[in-house]
Amino acid sequence: MPDRQEIYAKTVEMIEPFNKKGVAITEATRFAQDLEWDSLTVLDFVANIEDEFDVIITMNMQAEIETVGQLVDALQRLIAARG
Amino acid sequence: MADLFSKFDPLIQQREALLETGLTDPFNLVMERVESPTVAICNGKRTILLGTYNYMGMTFDPDVVAAGKQALDDFGSGTTGSRVLNGTYAGHKVCEEALKDFYAMDHAMVFSTGYQANLGLISTIAGKDDYIILDVDSHASIYDGCALGNAQIVPFRHNDIEALDKRLKRLPPEAGKLVVLEGVYSMLGDVAPLKEMVAVSKAAGAMVLVDEAHSMGFIGEHGRGVAEAQGVIGDVDFIIGTFSKSVGTVGGFCVSNHPKFEILRLVCRPYVFTASLPPSVVATAATSIRKLMDSADKRAHLWENSKRLHAGLRQLGFALGTDAPQSAIIAVIMPDLETGAAMWEALLNEGLYVNLARPPATPAGMTLLRCSLCALHSEEQVGEILGMFAAAGRATGCIS
Repeated sequence: MPDRQEIYAKTVEMIEPFNKKGVAITEATRFAQDLEWDSLTVLDFVANIEDEFDVIITMNMQAEIETVGQLVDALQRLIAARG
Repeated sequence: MADLFSKFDPLIQQREALLETGLTDPFNLVMERVESPTVAICNGKRTILLGTYNYMGMTFDPDVVAAGKQALDDFGSGTTGSRVLNGTYAGHKVCEEALKDFYAMDHAMVFSTGYQANLGLISTIAGKDDYIILDVDSHASIYDGCALGNAQIVPFRHNDIEALDKRLKRLPPEAGKLVVLEGVYSMLGDVAPLKEMVAVSKAAGAMVLVDEAHSMGFIGEHGRGVAEAQGVIGDVDFIIGTFSKSVGTVGGFCVSNHPKFEILRLVCRPYVFTASLPPSVVATAATSIRKLMDSADKRAHLWENSKRLHAGLRQLGFALGTDAPQSAIIAVIMPDLETGAAMWEALLNEGLYVNLARPPATPAGMTLLRCSLCALHSEEQVGEILGMFAAAGRATGCIS
């Protein structure tokens, strides 16, 4: 199972193709306000993340995730639950 | 006091900027008179209608109109009540019988609009611990049905069989699952690979709901839709449809073979807590549905119209939503909203009405001029339409 640091590194790498504004990514980076992603970008990115980590991030969960750090936390939980 | 309308300021500004250029407001057109399913008078000018979803041209059918007039005389102007109280008249049952015969299914439930049919089914049958797996390009009524309920929502990439399959396999095997698909996606007019999608859904133990709003009456041997055309209608648990397209009036429905289906009449809030359709509307709907059963010739002519318009527009140099015509919707892709609005106005000045579609209704932020053909568009009218597109396209610089 990947540790948190590995999940974070992979997540940052996967944000890059969608990081049109060239924002420096940290745990606190917000998807809507800082990266200025619209709903379609979010859908594309989430689909990629789901396939990379073999998990499902429902729209209900997405509504609770604002920052990169929160996404990594959620991924860690989902990967652990998957076993 | 915080003005609750401040959130609309960006849209208000975008609209003002567009209208300041002197363009006609594309979202404020008035049909002053309607002569037939294909012709109306707009701004005093005879206008060919190419954006009405009136696919089978039933709105002026003499039998349909007569049935509506008779019901007005016999039952009055409205029911003033819910389907489960005083709002079920003989005509509502006749209409549900017509739907059961049309689809050869055991149960039919008529809602007051197609929007409410999706809202009702989706929000009611998928509960808190269930999953709804839906195509990202689903209609607003499907997303709103998800928002009204409290199920877990899992979107997948448009028409991507593998993306659907992967997500179904990641969900808990024992969880309740509802896969929501559309036969024809109304923005680009493309058809879903239902044969494969229904198969992977069933293999994962999911129930399947297909919205056939844009295919009823036209696609499939009996006009039952894309699921019929692709041979999987027997594996679809729920078909959602509307009366406001091929049927030619207003209303929505769900048909199903589920043995417990009738309980929905008591638990489905968008069915219970609203007034039922007026008697004249269900009478016109029932008459129209029965006539649509024997409309093979009209279906064939509509396909001819769709193929000819698609080929003609492509030849003129327009970018279209699909490589080949897949339905009665042909979407012309515009480079941006300003050009789209200018082209829309130029077409209107030529005497042609199409739909201007813009985000968030459209996928990938596209601006579209959406054309929906009618079985009653004559060969001459399709020729006229192509001539108008050529003139308007050159005037606005969309084509050379």
